Amino acid sequence: MMNLLRLIGGRAATAPVARERLQILLAHERGLRGQPELLELLRAEILAAVSRHVVLDPEKVVVRMERGKQVSTLEVDIEVPNSFERSFAAAS
Amino acid sequence: MAKVLVVTSGKGGVGKTTSTAALGAALAQLGEKVVVVDFDVGLRNLDLVLGAERRVVFDLINVVQGVAKLSQALIRDKRLENLWLLPASQTRDKDALTDEGVGSIIADLRTKFDWILCDSPAGIERGAMLAMRYADEAVIVTNPEVSSVRDSDRIIGMLDSKTVRAEKGERVEKHILITRYDSARAARGEMLSIEDILEILATPLLGIIPESQDVLRASNVGSPVTLNNAASAPARAYIDAVRRLMGETVTMMVPVERKGLMNRLLGRRAA
Repeated sequence: MMNLLRLIGGRAATAPVARERLQILLAHERGLRGQPELLELLRAEILAAVSRHVVLDPEKVVVRMERGKQVSTLEVDIEVPNSFERSFAAAS
Repeated sequence: MAKVLVVTSGKGGVGKTTSTAALGAALAQLGEKVVVVDFDVGLRNLDLVLGAERRVVFDLINVVQGVAKLSQALIRDKRLENLWLLPASQTRDKDALTDEGVGSIIADLRTKFDWILCDSPAGIERGAMLAMRYADEAVIVTNPEVSSVRDSDRIIGMLDSKTVRAEKGERVEKHILITRYDSARAARGEMLSIEDILEILATPLLGIIPESQDVLRASNVGSPVTLNNAASAPARAYIDAVRRLMGETVTMMVPVERKGLMNRLLGRRAA
């Protein structure tokens, strides 16, 4: 079909490509909607849980979600100050 | 019952302000009492498109802050006695608009007008949010182009979640207005078709505004296209769209200009 259009019009019709790209992209983006709220909730709860044991800088808690085709990964990155190990050793 | 209608898009430059002016004027031409409200604080243009730029004294933010009364800020159109403009501020920043302030102005306007058309700024920030916040209906201006369709989808998501109606579990009635449509290019498969756009956005169509010189000509002289050249293809398309907004059933078609087609044929031959 594309070849036929190319023969007639002298160039390929690009609208079908646009349509397909949009459909794939929007299916993905619609799935992500509401996601920021979930991540913010997770971040707050993780921060609360860890803060019960360690003094943390709230800015240093990063929660990220990567969406894959089969599975998604949740990445939690918490920066802990070095003073933590000393206080932990002293306590035990 | 007054209706609050937001004209929005997400993407800039798709024709929100032009469409607000044309739809507002067409409603007024059909006898409705209309106010068009510019929400683009800092980058107002609705006054310019309506040819009222030299008559702005007070603006939306003056009213929100209690510096001026609503009646002092409203500008009546010189050609259409049913059409009024509430301009945006050109100098103050967007943070001067508050949810409560906008809410009380909209409530006040509801008692005075049949239609309140809110011209949204581009983007998804505060100004765009407040423009749609109190809307009963929304016109989503979309160009047949991937980035515009994507942004329209995003705006539809916001209309379904961030408006007062959505928060009350009610619906904002949404309509797609396709602008800058070139039927010849669409037929050649160079441009997303109407069917493609509607299927992707899953939202009903309000109208198709053809790409036309008349739109630029109208804004050049500060006159809504429905007033400047009511017989032109885009004007007819806007008037049909407004009839649909008012509940009439009007057959959907793409108005074409014979002259435009001739020019295109000549242009292609020369190229």
